[in-house]
Amino acid sequence: MDRKLIFEISRPGRRGATLPAADVPVCEVEKLIPPEYLREEAPNLPEVSEIDAVRHFTGLSALNHGVDTGFYPLGSCTMKYNPKVNEDMARLPGFASIHPYQPAELTQGALELMWLTEQYLAEIAGMAGVTLQPAAGAHGELTGLLIIRAYHKSRGENRTRVIVPDSAHGTNPATAAVGGFEIVQVKSDERGGVDLESLRSAMDENVAALMLTNPNTLGLFDENIVEIADIVHKKGGLLYYDGANANAIMGIARPGDMGFDVVHFNLHKTFSTPHGGGGPGSGPVGVKDFLTRFLPKPVIGQKNGMYFLDHDRPDSIGKMHSFYGNFGVVVKAYTYIRALGGEGLRAVSEHAVLNANYLMARLRETFNLAFDRVCKHEFVLNSKNQKSFGIHTLDIAKRLLDYGYHPPTIYFPLIVEEAMMIEPTETESKEVLDGFVETMLKIAEEIEKDAERVKTAPHNTVVGRLDETLAARQPVLKFKPSE
Amino acid sequence: MENPKDLKYTKDHEWVRVEGTKAVIGVTDTAQSLMGDVVFVELPEPGSEYGAGDAAANIESVKAVSEVFMPVGGKIIEVNMELEDSPDLINKDAFGEGWILVVEMSDPGDLDNLLSVEEYGKLIAEGE
Repeated sequence: MDRKLIFEISRPGRRGATLPAADVPVCEVEKLIPPEYLREEAPNLPEVSEIDAVRHFTGLSALNHGVDTGFYPLGSCTMKYNPKVNEDMARLPGFASIHPYQPAELTQGALELMWLTEQYLAEIAGMAGVTLQPAAGAHGELTGLLIIRAYHKSRGENRTRVIVPDSAHGTNPATAAVGGFEIVQVKSDERGGVDLESLRSAMDENVAALMLTNPNTLGLFDENIVEIADIVHKKGGLLYYDGANANAIMGIARPGDMGFDVVHFNLHKTFSTPHGGGGPGSGPVGVKDFLTRFLPKPVIGQKNGMYFLDHDRPDSIGKMHSFYGNFGVVVKAYTYIRALGGEGLRAVSEHAVLNANYLMARLRETFNLAFDRVCKHEFVLNSKNQKSFGIHTLDIAKRLLDYGYHPPTIYFPLIVEEAMMIEPTETESKEVLDGFVETMLKIAEEIEKDAERVKTAPHNTVVGRLDETLAARQPVLKFKPSE
Repeated sequence: MENPKDLKYTKDHEWVRVEGTKAVIGVTDTAQSLMGDVVFVELPEPGSEYGAGDAAANIESVKAVSEVFMPVGGKIIEVNMELEDSPDLINKDAFGEGWILVVEMSDPGDLDNLLSVEEYGKLIAEGE
């Protein structure tokens, strides 16, 4: 298949648009801009006709894999289907056409929606207050850690360390580092949870917080969470809940009840707003009552039956985002929460967990299961059983592309060698899950009969296996036309 | 590849070659095969000091970033600058040209905690 860059189909003088005549007096650019700021040569923009541009980009879009085109079991990313009604709501002119500088009297509907979304998320999390400002999960983590730091500082304490388990999302230690904390890693025990001894010896009066995902990245619920919270709280530390895996717990368990003090949600995972290239994301943060005064400002207040933006927050950590966060995403999440209601959200988590356990049960005979427990919304296999055929997890992932599936998350979590982390989500039917299982079993069979076919996959995609090593060692970051 | 008999090992897959009071440190062939193609090595500053068990270098492969833990404590006296341009030396020759750093040992007693080639061989076999 011939897939040229748009620069390569460019022909001098070809145009896809005709500009109307200027309706203002024309002035030479040299008279408007000082010469040192004027470029010396014309930019190398592609010159194509309208049909060239349409075919080029339509062709590229057809190569894309998204949740609207196929199954996407990317572990820890919750690639669920995003109902289209969410898009309709976000495009209502009352939401889409308002300006952030409009006075509160003219944006009461938008403010009410934000206020209600905060209440709903607080209820789901078991928290007292929520900010919608953070732009995504890791930004929420940073917001949470800055709140935790402000809390310790308000008590005259300068705590310098943050504890992170070895199964954590990479963003947790990265956030702690950006927040200026020293990172202490604790081990996992043989059941995949936090090793309590390791936590006890790491926990002291210098630790600001423990960052934890529950269920963790193995898809396993940490059964010792109450004891973990106790160990951390006894030494004055706080508990941060990474909400990346919240799709497993909605309406069933609340981070606040588990002992967490701060939590973030990924609206683009759990609450069905587009994600990845379809973003932007949103990572609201919820806190317990004793931390609400540190939330980013402004917060939404209510006075005389009117909503307003409250900037008078002397203890706030300040702004974390221009204006009020990614508002359009919040509208979509609000729509999702209202469409499902409390019972519906609980059913989401129940089906997500059921689907994951069904896949796990059907695949575990053929692929090695890293931790043999009932899982939550995702589980981790590895390619140990296929190793003797010279096959790595990467090969299985590449072969899945040939069959039209997005591969699972691979080589994560780091504590499982050759990991494949599978998260089907609740929106897939039994037929889709069975189709995926049949394909995985077929690949396992291929490995035994013709490992080379799998090792050299993908064969049916527009490009074959790319040299990732070369790309990392000698990246070419700029297009250069061939002479 | 066979693990050289004259080296000491750690359970985290580092190797140590003792030369008087100095120790040359690298990662084993098993380590490089687990990590996959190495694309970047972050080396410590010569002159800096590390205790045994401290993370002194980072190895980034196409799969993940792994830390290199100091098998013995002491002051870094040399690092393998060749790795800056050719990180693949770790894949090609983990026990030779892929060495990572040389340390002036502060306590040769640290060596007693390391594994012999037999002990390390057994550890890898168990991990299979």
